[in-house]
Amino acid sequence: MMNKLYNWIDERLDITPLWRDVADHEVPEHVNPAHHFSAFVYCFGGLTFFLVMIQILSGVFLTMYYVPDIVNAYASVDYLQYKVEFGDIVRGMHHWGASLVIVMMFLHTLRVFFTGAYKAPREMNWVVGVLIFAVILGLGFTGYLLPWDNKALFATKVGIEIASAVPFIGDLLREFLQGGDIVGAQTLTRFFALHVFILPAALLGLLAAHFIMIRRQGISGPL
Amino acid sequence: MSEHTTNHQSTDEHPKAKKREMSRRQFLNYTLGGTGGFLIGIPLVWNLRFAIDPLLQAKASSNLVKTIEESAVTTTPTAVKFKISQVDGWYYSEPELEAWVARGADGKIYALSPTCKHLGCTVSWAPEGRASNEFFCPCHGARYTVDGKELAVASAPLDEYQVELQDGYVYLGPIKANTRV
Repeated sequence: MMNKLYNWIDERLDITPLWRDVADHEVPEHVNPAHHFSAFVYCFGGLTFFLVMIQILSGVFLTMYYVPDIVNAYASVDYLQYKVEFGDIVRGMHHWGASLVIVMMFLHTLRVFFTGAYKAPREMNWVVGVLIFAVILGLGFTGYLLPWDNKALFATKVGIEIASAVPFIGDLLREFLQGGDIVGAQTLTRFFALHVFILPAALLGLLAAHFIMIRRQGISGPL
Repeated sequence: MSEHTTNHQSTDEHPKAKKREMSRRQFLNYTLGGTGGFLIGIPLVWNLRFAIDPLLQAKASSNLVKTIEESAVTTTPTAVKFKISQVDGWYYSEPELEAWVARGADGKIYALSPTCKHLGCTVSWAPEGRASNEFFCPCHGARYTVDGKELAVASAPLDEYQVELQDGYVYLGPIKANTRV
Protein backbone atom coordinates (compact mmCIF):
# COMPACT_ATOMS: atom_id res chain seq x y z
CA MET A 1 0.00 0.00 0.00
CA MET A 2 2.65 2.50 1.11
CA ASN A 3 4.92 1.14 -1.62
CA LYS A 4 2.29 1.73 -4.27
CA LEU A 5 1.63 5.24 -3.04
CA TYR A 6 5.34 5.99 -2.97
CA ASN A 7 5.85 4.63 -6.49
CA TRP A 8 2.87 6.60 -7.79
CA ILE A 9 4.34 9.84 -6.47
CA ASP A 10 7.90 8.92 -7.48
CA GLU A 11 6.88 8.22 -11.10
CA ARG A 12 5.50 11.74 -11.32
CA LEU A 13 7.90 13.79 -9.22
CA ASP A 14 11.11 11.70 -9.16
CA ILE A 15 11.57 12.15 -5.42
CA THR A 16 13.99 9.25 -4.90
CA PRO A 17 17.17 11.27 -5.65
CA LEU A 18 16.15 13.78 -2.96
CA TRP A 19 16.47 11.36 -0.06
CA ARG A 20 18.99 9.06 -1.77
CA ASP A 21 21.37 12.01 -1.76
CA VAL A 22 21.15 12.08 2.04
CA ALA A 23 20.78 8.34 2.71
CA ASP A 24 23.66 7.19 0.48
CA HIS A 25 26.02 9.86 1.67
CA GLU A 26 28.90 7.96 3.18
CA VAL A 27 30.00 8.74 6.73
CA PRO A 28 33.84 8.66 6.89
CA GLU A 29 35.23 6.03 9.25
CA HIS A 30 36.93 8.52 11.56
CA VAL A 31 33.63 10.26 12.38
CA ASN A 32 31.58 7.08 12.74
CA PRO A 33 31.09 5.98 16.38
CA ALA A 34 30.47 2.43 15.13
CA HIS A 35 34.14 2.27 14.15
CA HIS A 36 35.74 4.36 16.87
CA PHE A 37 33.58 5.02 19.89
CA SER A 38 35.43 8.25 20.64
CA ALA A 39 34.00 9.60 17.38
CA PHE A 40 30.80 10.36 19.28
CA VAL A 41 32.15 13.90 19.59
CA TYR A 42 31.29 14.28 15.91
CA CYS A 43 27.61 13.79 16.79
CA PHE A 44 27.31 17.01 18.78
CA GLY A 45 26.37 19.14 15.79
CA GLY A 46 23.61 16.74 14.77
CA LEU A 47 22.36 16.55 18.34
CA THR A 48 22.25 20.34 18.53
CA PHE A 49 20.13 20.34 15.36
CA PHE A 50 17.80 17.68 16.83
CA LEU A 51 17.34 19.81 19.96
CA VAL A 52 16.63 22.88 17.84
CA MET A 53 13.89 20.90 16.08
CA ILE A 54 12.44 19.96 19.49
CA GLN A 55 12.51 23.65 20.45
CA ILE A 56 10.65 24.63 17.29
CA LEU A 57 8.07 21.88 17.77
CA SER A 58 7.34 22.65 21.42
CA GLY A 59 7.56 26.40 20.83
CA VAL A 60 4.99 26.33 18.04
CA PHE A 61 2.53 24.55 20.32
CA LEU A 62 3.22 26.82 23.30
CA THR A 63 2.02 29.80 21.28
CA MET A 64 -1.44 28.21 21.19
CA TYR A 65 -1.86 29.35 24.80
CA TYR A 66 0.74 32.02 25.43
CA VAL A 67 -0.04 35.77 25.18
CA PRO A 68 2.78 38.35 25.05
CA ASP A 69 1.05 40.91 27.26
CA ILE A 70 2.13 42.06 30.71
CA VAL A 71 -1.34 41.49 32.23
CA ASN A 72 -1.91 38.02 30.84
CA ALA A 73 1.52 36.54 30.08
CA TYR A 74 2.15 35.05 33.52
CA ALA A 75 -1.47 33.87 33.85
CA SER A 76 -1.39 32.19 30.45
CA VAL A 77 1.90 30.40 31.22
CA ASP A 78 0.50 29.32 34.59
CA TYR A 79 -2.63 28.06 32.84
CA LEU A 80 -0.83 26.14 30.11
CA GLN A 81 1.55 24.53 32.59
CA TYR A 82 -0.90 23.49 35.30
CA LYS A 83 -4.34 23.30 33.64
CA VAL A 84 -3.58 21.96 30.18
CA GLU A 85 -2.85 18.25 29.81
CA PHE A 86 0.88 17.63 29.08
CA GLY A 87 1.43 21.36 29.59
CA ASP A 88 4.22 20.72 32.08
CA ILE A 89 5.86 18.36 29.58
CA VAL A 90 5.57 20.66 26.56
CA ARG A 91 6.78 23.66 28.53
CA GLY A 92 9.41 21.44 30.17
CA MET A 93 10.70 20.39 26.76
CA HIS A 94 11.07 24.03 25.78
CA HIS A 95 12.53 25.12 29.13
CA TRP A 96 15.13 22.37 29.58
CA GLY A 97 15.74 22.00 25.85
CA ALA A 98 16.78 25.65 25.70
CA SER A 99 19.66 25.01 28.10
CA LEU A 100 20.58 21.76 26.35
CA VAL A 101 20.79 23.47 22.95
CA ILE A 102 23.35 25.88 24.34
CA VAL A 103 25.33 23.11 26.06
CA MET A 104 25.39 20.92 22.93
CA MET A 105 26.21 23.86 20.70
CA PHE A 106 29.13 24.75 22.97
CA LEU A 107 30.42 21.15 22.89
CA HIS A 108 30.10 21.15 19.09
CA THR A 109 32.09 24.39 18.94
CA LEU A 110 34.80 22.87 21.15
CA ARG A 111 34.99 19.78 18.93
CA VAL A 112 35.38 21.89 15.79
CA PHE A 113 37.99 24.03 17.53
CA PHE A 114 40.12 21.22 18.93
CA THR A 115 40.03 19.12 15.73
CA GLY A 116 41.05 22.22 13.77
CA ALA A 117 38.05 21.76 11.48
CA TYR A 118 37.65 25.52 11.11
CA LYS A 119 40.82 25.80 9.01
CA ALA A 120 40.91 26.40 5.23
CA PRO A 121 38.81 25.79 3.22
CA ARG A 122 36.14 25.85 6.00
CA GLU A 123 36.64 29.32 7.49
CA MET A 124 33.33 30.60 6.16
CA ASN A 125 31.46 27.77 7.84
CA TRP A 126 33.11 28.65 11.14
CA VAL A 127 31.93 32.24 10.72
CA VAL A 128 28.38 31.07 9.99
CA GLY A 129 28.62 28.81 13.04
CA VAL A 130 29.59 31.76 15.22
CA LEU A 131 26.58 33.69 13.87
CA ILE A 132 24.37 30.71 14.74
CA PHE A 133 25.89 30.79 18.23
CA ALA A 134 24.89 34.44 18.57
CA VAL A 135 21.36 33.83 17.28
CA ILE A 136 20.87 30.91 19.69
CA LEU A 137 22.04 33.07 22.60
CA GLY A 138 19.59 35.73 21.41
CA LEU A 139 16.79 33.18 21.39
CA GLY A 140 17.72 32.17 24.93
CA PHE A 141 17.80 35.78 26.11
CA THR A 142 14.49 36.82 24.50
CA GLY A 143 12.71 33.62 25.55
CA TYR A 144 13.74 34.13 29.16
CA LEU A 145 11.55 37.23 29.47
CA LEU A 146 8.36 35.71 28.06
CA PRO A 147 6.94 34.02 31.24
CA TRP A 148 6.98 37.51 32.80
CA ASP A 149 7.86 36.39 36.31
CA ASN A 150 10.36 38.08 38.64
CA LYS A 151 13.30 36.08 37.36
CA ALA A 152 12.44 37.00 33.78
CA LEU A 153 12.06 40.68 34.56
CA PHE A 154 15.30 41.09 36.46
CA ALA A 155 17.36 38.87 34.15
CA THR A 156 16.23 41.07 31.27
CA LYS A 157 17.03 44.25 33.20
CA VAL A 158 20.54 42.91 33.80
CA GLY A 159 20.93 41.80 30.17
CA ILE A 160 19.82 45.15 28.80
CA GLU A 161 22.11 46.91 31.27
CA ILE A 162 25.01 44.89 29.87
CA ALA A 163 23.98 45.70 26.28
CA SER A 164 23.85 49.39 27.17
CA ALA A 165 27.53 49.25 28.18
CA VAL A 166 28.52 48.83 24.51
CA PRO A 167 30.58 51.91 23.55
CA PHE A 168 28.86 54.66 21.52
CA ILE A 169 25.67 52.75 20.56
CA GLY A 170 24.88 51.38 24.05
CA ASP A 171 22.03 53.76 24.78
CA LEU A 172 20.45 53.24 21.38
CA LEU A 173 20.74 49.48 21.82
CA ARG A 174 19.05 49.69 25.21
CA GLU A 175 16.18 51.71 23.82
CA PHE A 176 15.80 49.39 20.85
CA LEU A 177 15.64 46.32 23.08
CA GLN A 178 13.36 47.93 25.67
CA GLY A 179 11.11 49.66 23.17
CA GLY A 180 10.83 52.50 25.70
CA ASP A 181 12.23 53.84 28.93
CA ILE A 182 11.53 50.78 31.08
CA VAL A 183 11.43 47.00 30.79
CA GLY A 184 7.67 46.73 30.33
CA ALA A 185 4.79 46.09 27.97
CA GLN A 186 6.69 47.13 24.86
CA THR A 187 9.75 45.12 25.82
CA LEU A 188 7.63 42.00 26.14
CA THR A 189 5.97 42.33 22.73
CA ARG A 190 9.19 43.02 20.88
CA PHE A 191 11.01 40.19 22.65
CA PHE A 192 8.13 37.94 21.60
CA ALA A 193 8.46 39.07 17.97
CA LEU A 194 12.23 38.51 18.08
CA HIS A 195 11.81 35.14 19.78
CA VAL A 196 9.17 33.59 17.53
CA PHE A 197 9.62 35.28 14.15
CA ILE A 198 12.83 37.17 13.54
CA LEU A 199 15.49 35.06 15.27
CA PRO A 200 14.06 31.66 14.20
CA ALA A 201 13.94 32.88 10.58
CA ALA A 202 17.56 34.00 10.84
CA LEU A 203 18.47 30.70 12.49
CA LEU A 204 16.90 28.58 9.74
CA GLY A 205 18.66 30.58 7.04
CA LEU A 206 22.03 30.25 8.78
CA LEU A 207 21.49 26.52 9.41
CA ALA A 208 20.75 25.99 5.71
CA ALA A 209 24.02 27.76 4.84
CA HIS A 210 25.84 25.70 7.52
CA PHE A 211 24.57 22.38 6.08
CA ILE A 212 25.04 23.28 2.41
CA MET A 213 28.64 24.22 3.14
CA ILE A 214 29.39 21.02 5.05
CA ARG A 215 28.02 18.97 2.12
CA ARG A 216 29.98 21.00 -0.41
CA GLN A 217 33.27 20.84 1.52
CA GLY A 218 32.92 17.48 3.23
CA ILE A 219 33.88 16.62 6.78
CA SER A 220 37.46 17.49 7.67
CA GLY A 221 39.97 14.64 7.71
CA PRO A 222 41.14 12.60 10.72
CA LEU A 223 43.56 14.10 13.24
CA MET B 1 8.74 -1.15 3.22
CA SER B 2 9.62 -4.18 1.14
CA GLU B 3 8.31 -7.71 1.77
CA HIS B 4 10.74 -9.57 3.99
CA THR B 5 9.01 -12.92 4.41
CA THR B 6 8.82 -15.46 1.65
CA ASN B 7 5.23 -16.48 1.18
CA HIS B 8 4.65 -20.09 0.26
CA GLN B 9 1.29 -21.23 -0.97
CA SER B 10 1.87 -24.96 -0.39
CA THR B 11 3.46 -24.93 3.05
CA ASP B 12 1.70 -28.22 3.97
CA GLU B 13 3.68 -30.16 1.37
CA HIS B 14 7.06 -28.57 2.10
CA PRO B 15 6.86 -27.26 5.64
CA LYS B 16 10.57 -26.40 5.83
CA ALA B 17 11.20 -25.44 2.25
CA LYS B 18 11.82 -21.75 3.05
CA LYS B 19 12.89 -20.04 6.25
CA ARG B 20 11.51 -16.69 7.31
CA GLU B 21 14.58 -14.58 6.93
CA MET B 22 15.43 -10.99 7.59
CA SER B 23 18.32 -9.35 5.85
CA ARG B 24 20.80 -7.13 7.65
CA ARG B 25 19.42 -4.16 5.71
CA GLN B 26 15.84 -4.90 6.83
CA PHE B 27 16.91 -5.39 10.43
CA LEU B 28 18.66 -2.02 10.40
CA ASN B 29 15.70 -0.40 8.66
CA TYR B 30 13.35 -1.62 11.38
CA THR B 31 15.54 -0.85 14.39
CA LEU B 32 16.70 2.56 13.19
CA GLY B 33 13.25 3.39 11.85
CA GLY B 34 11.68 2.34 15.13
CA THR B 35 14.11 4.39 17.20
CA GLY B 36 13.72 7.41 14.94
CA GLY B 37 9.95 7.05 14.94
CA PHE B 38 9.97 6.87 18.72
CA LEU B 39 12.15 9.96 19.05
CA ILE B 40 9.93 11.96 16.72
CA GLY B 41 6.58 10.38 17.57
CA ILE B 42 6.56 10.72 21.35
CA PRO B 43 7.23 14.48 21.44
CA LEU B 44 4.71 14.92 18.63
CA VAL B 45 2.04 12.99 20.55
CA TRP B 46 2.65 15.09 23.69
CA ASN B 47 2.37 18.29 21.70
CA LEU B 48 -0.76 17.20 19.87
CA ARG B 49 -2.46 16.19 23.13
CA PHE B 50 -1.47 19.61 24.49
CA ALA B 51 -3.01 21.26 21.42
CA ILE B 52 -6.38 19.45 21.55
CA ASP B 53 -6.81 19.93 25.31
CA PRO B 54 -9.75 22.37 24.98
CA LEU B 55 -11.74 19.63 23.21
CA LEU B 56 -11.25 17.22 26.10
CA GLN B 57 -11.71 19.53 29.08
CA ALA B 58 -14.86 19.21 31.18
CA LYS B 59 -17.53 21.63 30.05
CA ALA B 60 -18.35 24.36 32.54
CA SER B 61 -21.87 24.26 33.91
CA SER B 62 -23.59 27.56 34.59
CA ASN B 63 -25.55 28.35 37.74
CA LEU B 64 -28.95 29.95 38.07
CA VAL B 65 -28.83 33.74 38.30
CA LYS B 66 -31.41 35.77 40.25
CA THR B 67 -33.06 38.46 38.08
CA ILE B 68 -36.37 40.37 38.32
CA GLU B 69 -39.44 39.86 40.49
CA GLU B 70 -42.00 37.41 39.21
CA SER B 71 -44.78 40.02 39.55
CA ALA B 72 -42.96 42.38 37.15
CA VAL B 73 -43.27 39.96 34.25
CA THR B 74 -46.01 40.83 31.76
CA THR B 75 -47.19 39.29 28.51
CA THR B 76 -44.96 41.76 26.65
CA PRO B 77 -41.35 40.53 26.48
CA THR B 78 -39.02 42.68 28.60
CA ALA B 79 -35.26 42.84 28.20
CA VAL B 80 -33.61 41.57 31.40
CA LYS B 81 -29.84 41.93 31.84
CA PHE B 82 -28.02 39.56 34.14
CA LYS B 83 -24.39 38.71 34.86
CA ILE B 84 -22.82 35.28 34.76
CA SER B 85 -19.34 34.33 35.88
CA GLN B 86 -17.29 33.05 32.98
CA VAL B 87 -13.93 31.29 32.99
CA ASP B 88 -12.12 31.53 29.66
CA GLY B 89 -8.76 29.82 30.11
CA TRP B 90 -6.79 32.20 32.32
CA TYR B 91 -9.35 35.00 31.90
CA TYR B 92 -12.08 35.35 34.54
CA SER B 93 -14.91 37.72 33.75
CA GLU B 94 -18.56 38.50 34.44
CA PRO B 95 -20.12 39.20 31.06
CA GLU B 96 -23.65 40.63 30.95
CA LEU B 97 -26.25 38.57 29.13
CA GLU B 98 -29.69 39.61 27.97
CA ALA B 99 -32.95 37.67 28.04
CA TRP B 100 -36.43 38.58 26.78
CA VAL B 101 -38.66 37.55 29.68
CA ALA B 102 -42.43 37.29 29.29
CA ARG B 103 -45.48 35.46 30.57
CA GLY B 104 -46.95 33.24 27.91
CA ALA B 105 -50.60 32.71 27.01
CA ASP B 106 -50.46 29.59 29.20
CA GLY B 107 -49.44 31.74 32.20
CA LYS B 108 -45.92 30.31 32.38
CA ILE B 109 -42.92 32.59 32.55
CA TYR B 110 -40.31 32.03 29.86
CA ALA B 111 -37.08 33.73 28.77
CA LEU B 112 -35.84 33.87 25.18
CA SER B 113 -32.22 34.29 24.11
CA PRO B 114 -31.70 37.36 21.90
CA THR B 115 -29.21 35.53 19.68
CA CYS B 116 -30.69 35.27 16.21
CA LYS B 117 -30.80 31.72 14.86
CA HIS B 118 -29.92 32.94 11.38
CA LEU B 119 -26.33 34.14 11.81
CA GLY B 120 -26.01 35.11 15.46
CA CYS B 121 -26.83 38.82 15.57
CA THR B 122 -28.97 40.21 18.41
CA VAL B 123 -32.75 40.48 18.07
CA SER B 124 -35.02 42.84 19.98
CA TRP B 125 -38.74 43.03 20.64
CA ALA B 126 -40.77 45.38 18.44
CA PRO B 127 -38.09 47.98 17.63
CA GLU B 128 -39.27 51.32 16.29
CA GLY B 129 -40.56 51.17 12.74
CA ARG B 130 -41.13 47.41 12.90
CA ALA B 131 -44.08 45.17 13.71
CA SER B 132 -45.24 45.72 17.29
CA ASN B 133 -45.72 42.03 18.07
CA GLU B 134 -42.57 40.45 16.71
CA PHE B 135 -38.88 40.02 17.48
CA PHE B 136 -36.75 41.61 14.77
CA CYS B 137 -33.10 41.14 13.85
CA PRO B 138 -31.42 44.20 12.26
CA CYS B 139 -28.77 42.25 10.34
CA HIS B 140 -30.85 40.40 7.75
CA GLY B 141 -34.41 41.16 8.83
CA ALA B 142 -35.21 37.87 10.55
CA ARG B 143 -38.53 37.94 12.46
CA TYR B 144 -39.95 35.80 15.27
CA THR B 145 -43.28 35.55 17.14
CA VAL B 146 -43.65 36.33 20.81
CA ASP B 147 -42.89 32.65 21.55
CA GLY B 148 -39.74 32.84 19.40
CA LYS B 149 -41.12 30.94 16.42
CA GLU B 150 -39.31 31.92 13.22
CA LEU B 151 -41.37 33.85 10.66
CA ALA B 152 -38.77 34.95 8.12
CA VAL B 153 -35.09 34.44 7.18
CA ALA B 154 -34.18 32.29 10.21
CA SER B 155 -34.68 28.53 10.02
CA ALA B 156 -35.11 27.76 13.73
CA PRO B 157 -36.90 29.28 16.72
CA LEU B 158 -35.07 31.43 19.29
CA ASP B 159 -33.41 29.48 22.12
CA GLU B 160 -34.72 29.67 25.66
CA TYR B 161 -32.97 30.15 28.99
CA GLN B 162 -33.85 27.65 31.68
CA VAL B 163 -36.25 29.43 34.08
CA GLU B 164 -36.73 28.70 37.78
CA LEU B 165 -39.08 30.59 40.12
CA GLN B 166 -37.98 30.95 43.75
CA ASP B 167 -39.33 33.24 46.49
CA GLY B 168 -41.11 35.43 43.94
CA TYR B 169 -38.04 35.97 41.77
CA VAL B 170 -37.15 34.74 38.30
CA TYR B 171 -33.87 32.80 38.09
CA LEU B 172 -32.23 32.23 34.72
CA GLY B 173 -29.96 29.30 33.89
CA PRO B 174 -28.22 27.79 30.85
CA ILE B 175 -29.51 28.00 27.28
CA LYS B 176 -31.70 25.22 25.92
CA ALA B 177 -33.69 24.60 22.74
CA ASN B 178 -37.04 26.36 22.41
CA THR B 179 -39.84 24.34 24.05
CA ARG B 180 -42.73 26.65 23.22
CA VAL B 181 -43.10 26.18 19.49
